[in-house]
Amino acid sequence: MSLKAFHLVFVTASVLLMLGLTAWCFGNYRRSDSSMDLVWGAVALASAAALLVYGRYFLRKLKNISYL
Amino acid sequence: MEIPYTVKPRPDTGLYNAKVGIWLFLASEVMLFGAFFSSYILLRVGAPDGFWPDVATAWPHGLLNIPIGTFNTAVLIISSVTVLLAWASLKEGNLPKFKKFMAATILCALGFLAIKSYEYNEKFTHYVIRLKDGTAVTGHLDIDGKSPRFWSLATVEAKKLESIKVHVDVPNQFRYPVGFKHETHEEAEAKTGGHGGGHGEREIKTADIALLQAFIPKTGTFFAIYFTMTFLHGLHVLGGAIVMAYIAFVGDGMWKTDPERYTNRIEVAGLFWHFVDLVWIFLFPVVYLL
Repeated sequence: MSLKAFHLVFVTASVLLMLGLTAWCFGNYRRSDSSMDLVWGAVALASAAALLVYGRYFLRKLKNISYL
Repeated sequence: MEIPYTVKPRPDTGLYNAKVGIWLFLASEVMLFGAFFSSYILLRVGAPDGFWPDVATAWPHGLLNIPIGTFNTAVLIISSVTVLLAWASLKEGNLPKFKKFMAATILCALGFLAIKSYEYNEKFTHYVIRLKDGTAVTGHLDIDGKSPRFWSLATVEAKKLESIKVHVDVPNQFRYPVGFKHETHEEAEAKTGGHGGGHGEREIKTADIALLQAFIPKTGTFFAIYFTMTFLHGLHVLGGAIVMAYIAFVGDGMWKTDPERYTNRIEVAGLFWHFVDLVWIFLFPVVYLL
């Protein structure tokens, strides 16, 4: 597995982590009603979206490099 | 003597030798961290929630700084992006751009370690104080304006202090979820004479203290596994940063003599770095959030 393939795995794991963090923050917001939890949740969701955009960018940039 | 298959793939594996080597090494690392994650699960399922009544075996919540942990996660994600872009720059034949991205990667690694050190220091100056009346508080000691590390009740007694000043934490639902008898706001107000809002600064008599302990590995199973896993991970970050700095800024002469082999070295270093970052991606939610 090349660095390109491992990076794809890593970005996927990071997106999942950010989505998990979003759910965790929104869950806290429902319990505590603290606006900071809402803000953190929104930031985590935006980070997940940014990582998805970056994932597409890097796949296009390295399209000539092997996954092996 | 020429070392074979440093650039061309070996016919039987389809990969150059260093790549096979790093994946075998990473397989052993998976077993190492896997053992720690397994230990974490076994300790966790066998421990009661909360901080009370047994500080040594209970599993506390909310004692780690989640915003700082999240920021450190972002730092490591950025470092993985920069190491990939450094490798891509070499593939394009652009050495100056490669060095800029590698410098950014190493800065991220050092930044991560600096933040982790700050977090560790914060834990070493943070205490759980169990009182003889059955209540307990967490907070920072204030001894002549300083916040001491690693103190215990024996330290306080040895210094012949009749009382200690404590900046008591505000209790919340995450910190003391189950079976913890924390003071009510009114009880705390009564003890501070109605000053300081109940959970601010407080003077506690040494004679009233049953236990005083910093958040260190021996405080309980949670802190033992937290420090073991994060310290081991931190050592990997430090090792990775040293190797990458050496390859990028000391051993870069190979770029002139054998650029393809040099690029492969960066790929191998990048694979190790991605593994270290991936471990953190699992470690962060496990110790900070769950």
